[in-house]
Amino acid sequence: MEIRGLGKSYRVGKSSFAVLEDVSLGIGRGEFVSLLGPSGGGKSTLLDILAGLESPDAGTVRIANGETRDAPKIANGASLSGSLIPPIAYMQQKDLLLPWRTLWDNVLIAPELISSAERRRMEPLAAELLRAHGLDGFQKAYPAQLSGGMRQRAALIRTLLCEREILLLDEPFGALDAITRGRLQQLLLRVWREYGKTVLLVTHDVEEALLLSDRVVVLSGRPGRVLREFPVTLPHSVRARSPETLRIKQQILELLEGHHE
Amino acid sequence: MNNPETGGWFSGWFWGWFSVQGAAGSWLYPLLLAGLMVAAWEAVVRVFGIPHYILPAPGDVAAVLVEKRAVFLRHTGVTVLEVIAGGILGVVVGFLLGLLLFHSPILEKACYPLLITSQNIPVFAIAPLLVVWLGYGLLPKVVMAAVIVFFPMALATLNGLKRTDPDWLRLFRTMGATPTQIMFKLRLPAALPELFAGLKLSAVYSTIGAVIGEWVGAGAGLGYLMLSANAQLRIAMVFGAILCLTPIGLLLLGLVTWLERVCLPWQRLSRDESARPDAIPSP
Repeated sequence: MEIRGLGKSYRVGKSSFAVLEDVSLGIGRGEFVSLLGPSGGGKSTLLDILAGLESPDAGTVRIANGETRDAPKIANGASLSGSLIPPIAYMQQKDLLLPWRTLWDNVLIAPELISSAERRRMEPLAAELLRAHGLDGFQKAYPAQLSGGMRQRAALIRTLLCEREILLLDEPFGALDAITRGRLQQLLLRVWREYGKTVLLVTHDVEEALLLSDRVVVLSGRPGRVLREFPVTLPHSVRARSPETLRIKQQILELLEGHHE
Repeated sequence: MNNPETGGWFSGWFWGWFSVQGAAGSWLYPLLLAGLMVAAWEAVVRVFGIPHYILPAPGDVAAVLVEKRAVFLRHTGVTVLEVIAGGILGVVVGFLLGLLLFHSPILEKACYPLLITSQNIPVFAIAPLLVVWLGYGLLPKVVMAAVIVFFPMALATLNGLKRTDPDWLRLFRTMGATPTQIMFKLRLPAALPELFAGLKLSAVYSTIGAVIGEWVGAGAGLGYLMLSANAQLRIAMVFGAILCLTPIGLLLLGLVTWLERVCLPWQRLSRDESARPDAIPSP
């Protein structure tokens, strides 16, 4: 996935203000990249553009799709039609489970939207994922009967069952307590490794970014620009205790501090 | 509800003694109160010697109900038919109108103010016209009930469909859902609680509509019975008719509420947090 010179501004009354300015970023296949930045810095707007929900004012997004050879291209202002859906699954801080569907019907919604045959094809995988992630036996439960951690795990499984190569995660664990959040982070790492997904994680938690990703991209405040990229090369298992992690964290915090208004 | 904690030691003892758990408890107090009121009514009529053509005693009303049960049954049947037919017609038309307005913003802009304005016309004013146009039979009553019912139903449909969480819409769009799928798998199910609220209003309003229709011109029905008994100062009959009328709306409301429980089992869960199990250990 390659993002080049992306810009987006919104109009409020007579004045328009830029949310994103000349954002360029390349993400390799199977890479785990975190996007860090002050809140209101256009991170979510960037994800919306990547997911095809918004169109950029300037710049291009190229997403190389493994299934089709030619890359779908979102050019200046061109909005995505139904036929041009990028191979992207999107997950938010809110679990967005549908309260009228059981857990089982919730996680299978994406294949169900394609066809009932597709849903049947994905059912064994769904069952396996639920079992692997401690949700077995809750298939018939409604979201209201589940705890916040369980709901977020279900949302992650639903995102996986979209069968898209790229996962866009917008502060997916922001609303959870520290312990649940830690467990879900480990779960995400496992999923990323096992299924070979490309992950772009938006977070404002520096530690989370450093613990999980191969590369941390720091965005500035409004308008959002790429300030600097920090590669993280240490193995995941030693990151939490490594002085190297602390050093990068310090650098990132200083960088963010300098760009805070 | 009476809370034993708040009323001092006496009321705590008193209500504690009376307290009934579960569903029976919610029925007991209103029934007791109603019983007390009926007893007071009977006592007042007897003690002050109020003539039966002003206010009959509950005993007289009961006697009339038993004596003329065939008459009451026949008229109740007519009204029930009008209420149900009118209610269904109003609900269907209201739902379709809501759908139509949702799909066409221009139509909504054009119709919405007119609809609101039309609701300021008292339905009593339309009723005589319906008699002129549709005669004295069943039809004008059915239409009258439908006219009252369709508005809250259209509004409930329109609002329910409009209030879909935009984040859900984004999710569905990233999953590649078609507009039809968004309608049937997202907007409509999300609107169901609102639709049921509209249905409940309809169940109550439909009875009112049918009776108004009967008041204006009819040869049968509880509204007609009420009016003709009133004219003859047979007040016990009027009360009897009211007693027959009340359960119609109540039963319809009960039916809709039951249907809601069956169709939306998840709705009770979201209110009942205690049904939520503790977080189980993660792998």
